[in-house]
Amino acid sequence: MPPTAVILSQAFSGFAFGTLLALMSSGLTIIFGTLGFVNFAHGAMFMLGAYAAFLVLTYTHSYIAALAAGALILLVAAFVLERGLLRFFYVRPPEDQLLVTFGLSVMLIEGIRYFFGSDSQRVSPPSWGDGIVNFWGIFYYPLYRVEVIGIAAAFLLALYLLLYHTSVGLMVRAGIEDRLMVGLLGIDVRRMFLLVFAVGAMAAGVAGVIFAPLSAVIPDMGTPFLIQAFVVVVIGGLGSFGGAIVGGILVGELLSLTTAFNPDYSQVSIYLAMTLVLILRPRGLFGAVGRI
Amino acid sequence: MNRTIKGRESRIATRRGILQTSIAAGVAGLLTPLAAPHVWAKTYPSMGTYPAGVKGKTAFAAGMFPLTGPYASLGGDERNGFLLAIEHLNNGSKVTEAVPSLSKGGGVLGKKLIFGVSDSQTLANPAVQAATRFIDDNNAIVMTGAISSAIAVALEALAQRKKVIYMGDITASDATTGKDCQRFGFRLMPDNYMFAQALAPVLTKQLGHNLKAAYLVPDYTFGTSLHTELTQAFAKYGWTSATEQLAPLGTTDFTSYLLNIANSGADVMFNETVGADEVTSTKQAVQFGITKKMKFVIPLLSPFIYKPMGPEVLGGMYGTMLWYWGMQEKNPLVKYFVADFHNKFHYMPRPTAAECYTCMIMWADAVERAGTFYPPEVIKMLESGYKVDTIIGKEWFRAEDHQGVSPVVVVQGKTKSEIHGPADNWKITDIVPGEELMQPLKDTGCRLPSTTAA
Repeated sequence: MPPTAVILSQAFSGFAFGTLLALMSSGLTIIFGTLGFVNFAHGAMFMLGAYAAFLVLTYTHSYIAALAAGALILLVAAFVLERGLLRFFYVRPPEDQLLVTFGLSVMLIEGIRYFFGSDSQRVSPPSWGDGIVNFWGIFYYPLYRVEVIGIAAAFLLALYLLLYHTSVGLMVRAGIEDRLMVGLLGIDVRRMFLLVFAVGAMAAGVAGVIFAPLSAVIPDMGTPFLIQAFVVVVIGGLGSFGGAIVGGILVGELLSLTTAFNPDYSQVSIYLAMTLVLILRPRGLFGAVGRI
Repeated sequence: MNRTIKGRESRIATRRGILQTSIAAGVAGLLTPLAAPHVWAKTYPSMGTYPAGVKGKTAFAAGMFPLTGPYASLGGDERNGFLLAIEHLNNGSKVTEAVPSLSKGGGVLGKKLIFGVSDSQTLANPAVQAATRFIDDNNAIVMTGAISSAIAVALEALAQRKKVIYMGDITASDATTGKDCQRFGFRLMPDNYMFAQALAPVLTKQLGHNLKAAYLVPDYTFGTSLHTELTQAFAKYGWTSATEQLAPLGTTDFTSYLLNIANSGADVMFNETVGADEVTSTKQAVQFGITKKMKFVIPLLSPFIYKPMGPEVLGGMYGTMLWYWGMQEKNPLVKYFVADFHNKFHYMPRPTAAECYTCMIMWADAVERAGTFYPPEVIKMLESGYKVDTIIGKEWFRAEDHQGVSPVVVVQGKTKSEIHGPADNWKITDIVPGEELMQPLKDTGCRLPSTTAA
């Protein structure tokens, strides 16, 4: 049994990583819930956010500008991709949707590789993120990682307010529940789909900006993240915003706490949890019956 | 003396002399085809892609490199080394001129080398599928590429099955030329045992005896092998293990592992990861204050880590490499190689490029000396202990396990004031000759199968 301080520090670490996973997964689940297709390019969008951070931080050294650029670039990219390509696949079979987003992911990754190469780019935490936080002498944690919790939580809150406290959000949620009925009510479903895709992509981009100072910034960096985000979405419930948050934190805690006891099983633990959820509650922890 | 010459001259002029000369010329004429290897080669039986793969004017070389995934940066460099080797073997160069058998250029045994490159995605299955395609469809006569030892072990097993020589370049796991060794597989790069043996005395001298070490271990063939060798090599100097954290390849967040290391009470942290994982885990270790709390060592350095981490983290840090372009001060061949590589690819070559390049040179030299592409004869030449002048140094393979007798380069990261250019990141503190580092044969576990075994 590890000491209490180790367990506490691992629990905090799991929470910190979980919030980031939640942000990444929320975009994935919103897109799936509304548009009905799995966006395999979500990991590549996360990567685009990280490269936006690299460019902006290199030239401006402003983290706020990097966050804004990450969101803006993904907003523009989402607009172009949705209008120019993905909207033609809404009525196509799921395998076509899967293939087109997978192909898109490959193109984005290789496009970045063409311009930047495969080497990792240098992205450091902001100066106000330097330092270590002492948690009452029990454990220490990097300041930037603590701040990441706040930044990710702020974006999740903004998404929550957009989805649950605006008329646009009401339409999106109605679309998640019954896309046909929303259309019959005279709401421009096409515009709503564009908005949802853009918001989902922005969530991935912002997550990429936040994670860039913590990771190797390489063209493939989004791929392992995408896999973990899928696990989160399956555990939380497909299309459920709340499920993405709870699932994200749950996966983060599982990864971290298992490491405290036996690091060999930490990665296996999340897939085991996903399997259990699929057996006991196939629609996920917060997935509604009959949704999508 | 003069009389003897005169006597010989007069003897040639006689009828008997003419007859003798004619017979001698006839015998020599008969023997000449036997001495010319390319004619003699026709008599070898079929094996693998021989002779089908070399019937025309070309011979096909296959390269499986990780061009995507966590080792993409290394894989791209490895591929570039492969491409330059093909170019040098076909067109000649100052590097190949140093190898007597290759000095004339014009391909290998007069066959122009053509090639195929495939992305292994850092996974064994795609690598084996691509190699199988190259063998079945293109009659590949040689193959190379790895980066991951899991890939190297899978490819050399395929090589044995398909009877096509595999020149393993970047693979450090002991198993490659240990328990998984194959007659058709060769590994030029030093193995983990050699890296550990080279690093342990240098680091102990710098940091002291009887220290506690924490290990971040990549959880696959290479990582566990490097870890075993490091703990054993350092145990000789009284070092003990405080904690061992196994993390899978492509881990997104090393925080939980690093927390355990930070709390382990270790004096030194060994970061055994490589590629993108090496960058991510080092970045996160810095943020956790681990690099200040304890000594931080990356035993097997990826040279490109300097760019994202910088001298603030890596200045003064010790590690090992299998080659460094800074070796050009001691080896003129390195200078030619670096110049040609830079002209072609516009950056300084890394060890991965140098290793793959040298693998192809070693194979081509063996073919030329064998006078045939027939695999068993080429294998005999590779096993002969013949030392080839290369950009790494004088290189050869140990016959009993096909391990390359290659040096290990011990380096130290340059501090900010020591840097004189974008790729000037490391200073060489020692080049330990391969002969001093080889694992005793009895400990390797290698039992090479015969050339006919499946």
